[in-house]
Amino acid sequence: MNAQTPLLKVEGVETYYGAIRALAGVDVEVHRGEIVCLIGANGAGKSTLMMTICGQPQARQGRILFDGEDITRVPTHLIARKRIAQSPEGRRIFPRMTVYENLQMGASLDNQTYFKEDVEKIFTLFPRLKERQAQRGGTLSGGEQQMLSIGRALMARPKLLLLDEPSLGLAPLIVKQIFEAIKLLNQQEGLTVFIVEQNAFAALKLSGRGYVMVNGKVSMEGPSKELLANPEVRAAYLEGGHH
Amino acid sequence: MEYFIQQTINGVTLGSVYGMIAIGYTMVYGIIGMINFSHGDVFMLGTFAALIMFLILTSLVAGMGVAAMLLVMMATAIVMSSLWSWVIERIAYRPLRGSFRLAPLITAIGMSIVLSNFIQVTQGPRNKPIPPMVTKVYDVYGVTISLKQILIVLITIVMMTAFWYVVTKTSLGRAQRATEQDRKMAALLGIDVDRTISITFVMGASLAGVAGAMYLMYYGVATFSDGFIPGVKAFTAAVLGGIGSLPGALLGGLLIGLIESLWSAYFSIDYKDVATFSILAIVLIFKPSGLLGRPEIEKV
Repeated sequence: MNAQTPLLKVEGVETYYGAIRALAGVDVEVHRGEIVCLIGANGAGKSTLMMTICGQPQARQGRILFDGEDITRVPTHLIARKRIAQSPEGRRIFPRMTVYENLQMGASLDNQTYFKEDVEKIFTLFPRLKERQAQRGGTLSGGEQQMLSIGRALMARPKLLLLDEPSLGLAPLIVKQIFEAIKLLNQQEGLTVFIVEQNAFAALKLSGRGYVMVNGKVSMEGPSKELLANPEVRAAYLEGGHH
Repeated sequence: MEYFIQQTINGVTLGSVYGMIAIGYTMVYGIIGMINFSHGDVFMLGTFAALIMFLILTSLVAGMGVAAMLLVMMATAIVMSSLWSWVIERIAYRPLRGSFRLAPLITAIGMSIVLSNFIQVTQGPRNKPIPPMVTKVYDVYGVTISLKQILIVLITIVMMTAFWYVVTKTSLGRAQRATEQDRKMAALLGIDVDRTISITFVMGASLAGVAGAMYLMYYGVATFSDGFIPGVKAFTAAVLGGIGSLPGALLGGLLIGLIESLWSAYFSIDYKDVATFSILAIVLIFKPSGLLGRPEIEKV
């Protein structure tokens, strides 16, 4: 594939929950080495888009291309094997498995081949996880669970990392710590990141480009700097709420 | 005192068989939240697979050692039980995944009827006896222990250790536990959930197959209806120990085996099932999740 092919291309995707249309024709592109953010209000369909990319549920209309290959109808576990890793909404830590086992689950794709070396990287990135490695996932605090969820996704050596609301419910200091870790991975390893956030200010600061979603549709897109300066975006998502 | 120890040994033997069957109920419940009511018949299929292999071996192969014969019978029972369980999961349960909760329960009862009637028609409705295979008996201070009892307990210990190892230490076991805790997340991490569920059925069935071969060796008889009573007892064992818990299934099996044999010894043998189920009821009143079960947290 040439460098012009976007790593992820979402074309006119529509997703339904029963008869309810959650996504009404979404177009998004993510290129290699980018951090792209998707902001929008609660219920706009941001998490639905993240899950649709992974085939849970599958899109009813439109196409999803990964590295030029159509993955719209591919089962979820085979999408994961193409190295799309997700830290999903609600973190979804396995509650009755230890932190260490949760990370092992992340490394399932390579049969633990690179586990030792990768887990050290995760522990350097999030030292708290090292302290807690023998503890059950369900006993961690929200921030620790978020770190674990991201760490678990990274263990898969992803080409594309999908992050769904990594800041939700966390103290500002921890949010800062997590966002710095993401930035570091992007700069040092060229990791491609697609991040969904309600914390629009932090997400736009972190990313290079952004999309704004309203009622299951992309209403605006552009370089994050421009979105930050845009009066409409400021009025709807930034003023009166940001940290 | 000798009498008590004697009955305890009998109870532990019987309980081992129940425990091995109970593992199948508890593992399947753990991973897909379904009571596989056809599992008792999977056990019964194991007894018949072992029986048929016994007849083949004794008529075709002269002078085969008893140990080798038992191994071959056990392997046959494992293969047949696993194969059948794999097939019913594919045709009767998997298509109903995501349907309402009672649907697979009903097909499970259907599959149970299909198998027991099939065996009844093809093998006949009568008890099928085999000559005793293992007859050695030891006398320890007035207590009689037969070699077949020792064998059953030993095999149970070996199988349980192997299962415990697979579930807690291997990547397959991790995938099973992950699927049990959050199926969607497991898929997001590249786990083939359907395959993991199939393997779980096969694992439970292979233990039921071993239990079937052991049962045949112990009692020397197989009947098409054997899936029902031992199946219900093993299910009770799984519930008593805490359904979803592997150690619970073994504990429940041993307890039920002990209650049965001790009650029969000291009270009335006619009421042994009443005693068993009364204890189940009492335990469930005070500990609804079973002895080692985890309290059910309703997922929203």
